[in-house]
Amino acid sequence: MSVDLLNVQPGQELPGITVSVDRDRLVAYANASGDQNPIHQDEAFAKSVGLPNVIAHGMWTMGAAIEVVTTWTGDPTSIVSYSTRFTSPVEVPADGGAEIVVGGVVKKVDEATGRVTIELSVTSGGTKVLGRALAIVRTAPTQP
Amino acid sequence: MAVNEDFMGREYPPLPPVDVTAEWVGEFASSVGATNAVHHDARAARDAGFDDVVAPPTFAVVIAQKADAQLIEDPEAGIDFTRVVHGQQSFTHHTPIVAGMQISAVLHVDAVRSAGGHVMVTTRSELSDADGSPVCTASSTIVIRGEQS
Repeated sequence: MSVDLLNVQPGQELPGITVSVDRDRLVAYANASGDQNPIHQDEAFAKSVGLPNVIAHGMWTMGAAIEVVTTWTGDPTSIVSYSTRFTSPVEVPADGGAEIVVGGVVKKVDEATGRVTIELSVTSGGTKVLGRALAIVRTAPTQP
Repeated sequence: MAVNEDFMGREYPPLPPVDVTAEWVGEFASSVGATNAVHHDARAARDAGFDDVVAPPTFAVVIAQKADAQLIEDPEAGIDFTRVVHGQQSFTHHTPIVAGMQISAVLHVDAVRSAGGHVMVTTRSELSDADGSPVCTASSTIVIRGEQS
């Protein structure tokens, strides 16, 4: 564990991360996830359906953002639950791609269950892209 | 009506089991920037107590979306996929997904509701391993945009 989850307090901030995304990364996610919707790869198609540009898969953004929590706990299997709303798309221009900036803050520590609730903040270009992004982590290690 | 409201409460037959491979886990992890060694290195995963590499927290969506396709591609449901936007997603993990597992899923249609000219459909995929033990509950809300927007 990178952090002593038994001693965290509500209001504590997690170290933030920045994750970059370009068109190649979206193709890699499309291939790994099976979501080959052309709005995530083909600029002409994306614009033809009224989008400003190629946009990242919402699930790419959700998947990339949780790294802020798994890095903090040091254990990807510490995530008991994870939920979000998709509020705005991440636009990914052909030249240079985009970044998501991810932060996290401890919202709740449940002493009885040993579970810690973290709210993530996720923006791209200053726009909030995930809303009500909440992860619940366990303080006891997973027993596989 | 952009979707058949009678679908609320419907349960689909189990998805044929999906083989989770180490290569697939690694490719998914790399694409979302999941850096922990347990996703990429079988030795690191075994040192952490797992049989093989461990899937990142949102990997389950890949299997859940295969289950969702049963509804989205069901002609009776009447969903125009070109008007579908992903609204919400949640995961509740019951046990880690590890390479070598065979995972099936049962799709439930939990809610169909209209608001502001759009239709929102909430589905829930119950993922289970080869012996039927629960692995993950993945819930998704899609928004089918109305004709005027």
